[in-house]
Amino acid sequence: MGTDKKSEPINRVDGRAKVTGKAKYFAEFEVPGVTYCVMVTSTIARGTITTINTKTAERAPGVLAVFTHLNMPAIPGWAEQGSNSKLPSGGERYRMLGSNKILFNGQPIALVIADTLERAQHAASLVTASYNKSEHHTDLLKNKEKAAMPPRMGDYTRGSDTNAHNTAPVVMKADYTIPIEVHNPMELAGILAFWEGDDKLTVYAKTQGVKSTQRTLAGAFKIDEKNIQVYSEFVGGGFGMGLRTWPQEVAVAAAARALKKPVKLVLTRDQMFTLVGHRPYTIQHISMGATQDGQLLGIYHEATGETASYDDFTEGTVGMTRFMYACPNVTTKYRIVPLDRGVPIWMRGPGEATGAFALESAIDEMAYKVNMDPLQFRLKNFAETDPEKNKPFSSNNLKEAYELGSEKIGWAKRNPAPASMKEGDWLVGYGMSTGVFGAHRGESTCRAQLNADGTLLLQSATSDIGPGTSTAMVQIAHEVTGLSIGKIHFELGNAAFPPSGSQGGSSTVSSVGSAVFDVCTALKGMLTEAGLTFDNGTVKSAQGKSDSLQDVLSKQNKTFFEVTRSSKGGAELEKYSLYSFSIHFAEVRVHPATGVVRVKRVVTVADSGRIVSPKTAASQMIGGVTGGIGMALTEEGIIDHRFGRFVNNNLADYHVPVSADVPHIETIFIDKPDPITNPMGSKGMGEIALIGFSAAVANAVYHATGKRIRELPITPDKILSA
Amino acid sequence: MNQFSYMRVTSKESAIAALAKDKAAMFLAGGTNLVDLMKSGVTSPERLVDINNVPLATIEETKTGLRIGALAKNTAVAENALVIKHFPLLSQALKAGASPQLRNMATVGGNMMQRTRCHYFYDSALPCNKRSPGSGCGAIGGFTRMHAIFGASDKCIAVHPSDMCVALTALDAVITVTGPKGERKIPFGDFHRLPGDTPEQDNNLQRGELIIAVDIPFNQLAAHTHYLKVRDRASYAFALVSVGAAMQIRGGNIADVRLAMGGVAHKPWRLKEAEAWLKEKSATEENFRKAASMAMANAKSQGGNAFKLTLAPNTIVEALKTAAAQA
Ligand SMILES: Cc1cc2nc3c(=O)[nH]c(=O)nc-3n(C[C@H](O)[C@H](O)[C@H](O)COP(=O)(O)OP(=O)(O)OC[C@H]3O[C@@H](n4cnc5c(N)ncnc54)[C@H](O)[C@@H]3O)c2cc1C
Repeated sequence: MGTDKKSEPINRVDGRAKVTGKAKYFAEFEVPGVTYCVMVTSTIARGTITTINTKTAERAPGVLAVFTHLNMPAIPGWAEQGSNSKLPSGGERYRMLGSNKILFNGQPIALVIADTLERAQHAASLVTASYNKSEHHTDLLKNKEKAAMPPRMGDYTRGSDTNAHNTAPVVMKADYTIPIEVHNPMELAGILAFWEGDDKLTVYAKTQGVKSTQRTLAGAFKIDEKNIQVYSEFVGGGFGMGLRTWPQEVAVAAAARALKKPVKLVLTRDQMFTLVGHRPYTIQHISMGATQDGQLLGIYHEATGETASYDDFTEGTVGMTRFMYACPNVTTKYRIVPLDRGVPIWMRGPGEATGAFALESAIDEMAYKVNMDPLQFRLKNFAETDPEKNKPFSSNNLKEAYELGSEKIGWAKRNPAPASMKEGDWLVGYGMSTGVFGAHRGESTCRAQLNADGTLLLQSATSDIGPGTSTAMVQIAHEVTGLSIGKIHFELGNAAFPPSGSQGGSSTVSSVGSAVFDVCTALKGMLTEAGLTFDNGTVKSAQGKSDSLQDVLSKQNKTFFEVTRSSKGGAELEKYSLYSFSIHFAEVRVHPATGVVRVKRVVTVADSGRIVSPKTAASQMIGGVTGGIGMALTEEGIIDHRFGRFVNNNLADYHVPVSADVPHIETIFIDKPDPITNPMGSKGMGEIALIGFSAAVANAVYHATGKRIRELPITPDKILSA
Repeated sequence: MNQFSYMRVTSKESAIAALAKDKAAMFLAGGTNLVDLMKSGVTSPERLVDINNVPLATIEETKTGLRIGALAKNTAVAENALVIKHFPLLSQALKAGASPQLRNMATVGGNMMQRTRCHYFYDSALPCNKRSPGSGCGAIGGFTRMHAIFGASDKCIAVHPSDMCVALTALDAVITVTGPKGERKIPFGDFHRLPGDTPEQDNNLQRGELIIAVDIPFNQLAAHTHYLKVRDRASYAFALVSVGAAMQIRGGNIADVRLAMGGVAHKPWRLKEAEAWLKEKSATEENFRKAASMAMANAKSQGGNAFKLTLAPNTIVEALKTAAAQA
């Protein structure tokens, strides 16, 4: 650990359970007497409900209850929070079924609960409502005047010549747009909730954080966290949408308490577009100044993203611009526009993926303006230390990454002139970009239990939304103790386990992994004291001792050794700037007559410290790049602003990339330990896999065609009309 | 979804009788479209008459061509050796549609009868004259990227989504239907309708009639065939524009040609004028381009689909070029 020693590639420890159907997801748990909840949602974007008729639904077969704002059981924690939010908009808080107010289209207006799903669905179709409509505003472009500085993010300026981006010898200005993107994990969101009495709640949830779900529910119902069981062992993809416990999930728990029955809610696919967040529609302006020979003199980057009228969603869209390049004068601004829409939420590469599209496209544009190779331009403006925080990077192997990636894709062999390369009728283009994300580490706790049979059980209240958390943790434990992989078992997804943070921000391996590292180290110490040692994959008696593990345990009247450790970074983290980096190279084909773009080859290099689990790490990169292909070429949530409603809220019309869109993705890891971040020397990688990728594609499209597409996704119509 | 009853029939006669008896009954074939429409509340049959056991799934050679049963699965047709040999355009078009899973369920009759994918049609919170006559067309002035450039009306600008039907219309197929009044034949080009003032009517099948087969007459077009579908992702997406092109080329000249487009109109769009002009001309890109611009004569944009005015002719040229280049 923390050394140059490479980790061995092991298979997912839960792979077999997943492919054989043994792994259980929240909706699959069978609870006796479970009932089914179906939501009726609003068909207007703003206004009030004037009448809601639930009579026919209530009389339909199997129906147990229909809850609307007229009879919804109170949620004490919600009532306590003030009624107005301190937002730029001063908007009203959203209290699901708390009043007759409609704040967005698709807002739940009734919960229909029945003894079977089909009966609940049928009854839900019988609920009718009439509205008093108000004017709604869902189009960011038409509401730019409402743009306001978010409460938690100020403007940033460095340098004495704040106008350098306008006055430099070479100036480049451009606007970039990204559409609404929707996480759309395969598994639908929801919850299964049941109570014992009035104050003991159990939920099976789709969540990226069992502890945060526990906290949210405890706050909502004003009961002790200890009285709330949260289970979420397997999650069928999250990408950020599971970082909140959503109002409808809390409401279902309230309904379960009122009915004294288990209630299960699984969202429909169209509800996934409105009720569990999305990547916000964002417009960006970049203005960049450089010398004739390509030295950056000034960057101005302004981003304006959407939020809901009832929440001040904020993300780090312009963060990368502040430190990525050695530029003396940098100004960034970030604004949010409150709209009559469901609130956005972090989506893989939150903020940075949006910002990197603009910044890394602009860098490419500037490189062409000063007649430089985009790679050379990046190297010329390379930041050796973090110019924002004025600190050294804990590790930064970008230069090596640029070299490895460009070598692999054959960057130097391309003809850099735009629209110069062809294969048959297709135009060929190469593009590159950089991605970056904070190498976060949070506090995490892990319990270790060494059993008499020599197996090791590790437990932590973390989550696994797909990256293979257990596999990485088992591998860390294996490397610390030497115990063989098959003897180590890692359990997560249970809020009763020792606390850890949510799975988000690429921090799990760093945070939970450190706790695993520490607890295993502590366990080694315990064994030494007990005259035992880890040796050759098992536990043996130490040199000169004869008692076996079983002997020692029975003499101490124990069935297992147990130790719990909490772990967090120390003061050394403050001295450094901690980031993970990625480089993306994409080779595309563009058909000039049909405007079709195909990604033909991808090389992605990650500088994410030491790679703890090579196989799942490669899968992370492949998954992230696939998300990046979607962002670049296919994904867009479309709203008809006349109605404030989505017009493609299904997987046939919202285009997630399919296998045919995804070429072979070559993943390269620098795999060098970071000396600062954590004892494993790892840095996060979930986000950097996606961040920047869309710019690599857009830059490749430019190289292929000479056309700059500054609005994602790059669909055939945009190529034809550019 | 409404409550409905379900029955299975095993003969054409019992199928027709079941629909004659019950005004709110509908045939169920693969169910890949009908069940979705039921789930979204667009269609609410009270009785489903499952016709999958009616023996209408054979694909056989007749004296004049191929006869394909209405219940033949899309996959079975696409993979059929006779189809691939005589009408590769049909096989290519089918394979460009939906996904393998859907094609394994979808039938030829169901594919012809599939309804538009216009979102305003699917979402009952939005106006749509096709779903609810008189409620207005939600698409006009809204999201029109996928919509018609030919033959639209002020009541409806939806397109027919099928790929298979583009090939069948190009190949001069003839549909046989049967009903309470007996059997009749409908040339493929006369089956689907333009929206006019009655967009609720997709086609000319009478209520209670059952599609039993499609006949495709032999031709000399197999050697130079190409189905080109332009879409937003590489697979599993409806056409922005698709073109079915088939030619017989003799000594560099076009002896016979068929051209049809998908994704541009309320029905599969045959390009007869362009075909007539191309006949006996040499198979050059220049001629293809002229034919394509001829085909676009009456095209009209709805705003969001303006790009189709460029994409459609380009796709015609590309399809013809590729077809011509085949050895
Ligand atoms: C996600 C998705 C993507 C798709 N993508 C494409 C695509 O890219 N290209 C494409 O072409 N298609 C596509 N499809 C549509 C698909 O081809 C149709 O759903 C399918 O062909 C319908 O056939 P079916 O047998 O399932 O019809 P059903 O759903 O069973 O029936 C459809 C209609 O036809 C009627 N019907 C069925 N058989 C007969 C008969 N013999 N006589 C009279 N009436 C009959 C039924 O009553 C019903 O009204 C897609 C579908 C989905 C769900």
